[in-house]
Amino acid sequence: MTKPPAASLGLVAHKAGSKPGRPTVGGRNGSDFKIARTIKYESDRVVSFGRDVMSVPGCEQLESCIQRGTCSGVCPLSIYMDYTPRQVMALTRADFKNEVLRSHTIWLCASCYACTVECPQQIRITDIMYELKQRAILERIYPRHFPIPVLAREFNAMVRKHGRITEMVLVIRLFLKTDWLAALGNWRLGLDLMRTGRFSLITERIKNHGDIARMLDAVDHPKES
Amino acid sequence: MKYSYFPGCSLKGLGRAYEESLLPVMKHLGVELQELDDWNCCGATAYMAVDEAKACVLAARNLALAERSGNPQIMAPCAACYLVLNKTKHYFHDYPAMKATIDRALAAVGLTYAGDTPVRHPLDILLNDVGIEAIKQKVVRPLQGLKVASYYGCQIVRPYATFDDQNNPTSMDRLLEALGATVVRYPLKTKCCGGSLTGTVPEAGIRMVYILLNEARKRGADCLATVCPLCQFNLDAYHAQVRAEYGDVIVPTVYFTQLMGLAFGLPAKQLGLHRAAVPFRWRPAPPEAPQVAAVAAALGSI
Repeated sequence: MTKPPAASLGLVAHKAGSKPGRPTVGGRNGSDFKIARTIKYESDRVVSFGRDVMSVPGCEQLESCIQRGTCSGVCPLSIYMDYTPRQVMALTRADFKNEVLRSHTIWLCASCYACTVECPQQIRITDIMYELKQRAILERIYPRHFPIPVLAREFNAMVRKHGRITEMVLVIRLFLKTDWLAALGNWRLGLDLMRTGRFSLITERIKNHGDIARMLDAVDHPKES
Repeated sequence: MKYSYFPGCSLKGLGRAYEESLLPVMKHLGVELQELDDWNCCGATAYMAVDEAKACVLAARNLALAERSGNPQIMAPCAACYLVLNKTKHYFHDYPAMKATIDRALAAVGLTYAGDTPVRHPLDILLNDVGIEAIKQKVVRPLQGLKVASYYGCQIVRPYATFDDQNNPTSMDRLLEALGATVVRYPLKTKCCGGSLTGTVPEAGIRMVYILLNEARKRGADCLATVCPLCQFNLDAYHAQVRAEYGDVIVPTVYFTQLMGLAFGLPAKQLGLHRAAVPFRWRPAPPEAPQVAAVAAALGSI
């Protein structure tokens, strides 16, 4: 119960492997004793990143963040995060692109919207986390075999093809693409699902299954439609 | 009362017990449901988190289909579907660029959307359209003595509190009390169940499940009642993992519609109660039990 959370999330190697020759924030978890600077320098910024994010619909209010920290307080997952949601807000607004896109925080957000409804400045923190996640996926900044982006990719591919999700097929594909050994560890869960008649591999699909791909393509290529 | 029923993928898959109990209960109450023809996946959190525009387009197809069907009121029992459909409606009205994207994508498949399709949760429909009194009249087997922790989870109250209080929702409490059950105080009623983290980051997800189960046990609940297929799955299916990490915390989790069905006297077998990994068994106490206990106590005191 008391194991250092980040170590068990399999994200540590990724954290430590930031820019060579630069002091890192290693030692955050107390696992290694490294003297490292704990503040950011202006030269670490990727200028205009914050502006960029704040121009996305739903993310505008970040501008007015007062750093009260209610988001970090109500977040049920902040104990597992390397940067708390409040810190992610500050780093994003101040253009620290690499820090936020490489943080665990954006992946740990479970979309419970507690931060969003409690924020005194009406900042839609969950939507900002989504935006950051999206950018991390575009730039492929996440650990290999890390299940969350893989889940998103498999999910989206299945929706595009069939229009609906067949949950068991999705879960099996997720395990195959990430850690198939973990699937074996869940044998009891699989048995429970079979016993209770919930283990179904019959593909669910809509009648007009070409519709979904056509709609999604129309989003990507505005002129062709 | 007629609604377009949007089941969503879960109610046809892991959460099929929700549909199995919801449909007969609604029928029993005279609520007419027409399953939305050729509905597609709402995109859920997985799509919304990585591509908002496409997620909205996916959801909008369902909204457009509902509008075309002539029953624009949508009933979405899954919390994720409920949120995504609502969010899409908000984006459609709030952001002209999003509206343009949605219009363009729908046009590619010959659909249009005007933007007026109320998206409603069954709890909302039951309390505000059907009414507690009408529900009470249908109760033939009151859930006397059953202690329930009503668990709402996140997405039906956050971020859009459309029919209940955001911090302390009470609609399910009132409903369960109308069925004769005792609703225990459960301060975690809107805390997150971990969502898909139980599968992707189990260290975090299992802990969140444990916290919810343990609180229900401490409050003396016989079961948790939920409104969401993912909450039900998380709270029901991961007991073994919770035990391995934190010790035994066994609390069955049922859909509120299953409890309604029991109170209405519908056969348990038709309510999908056999689908839970942690079985929920409840027999109403025989009415003479208190007298028997009183006699036994009197005899004991002699």
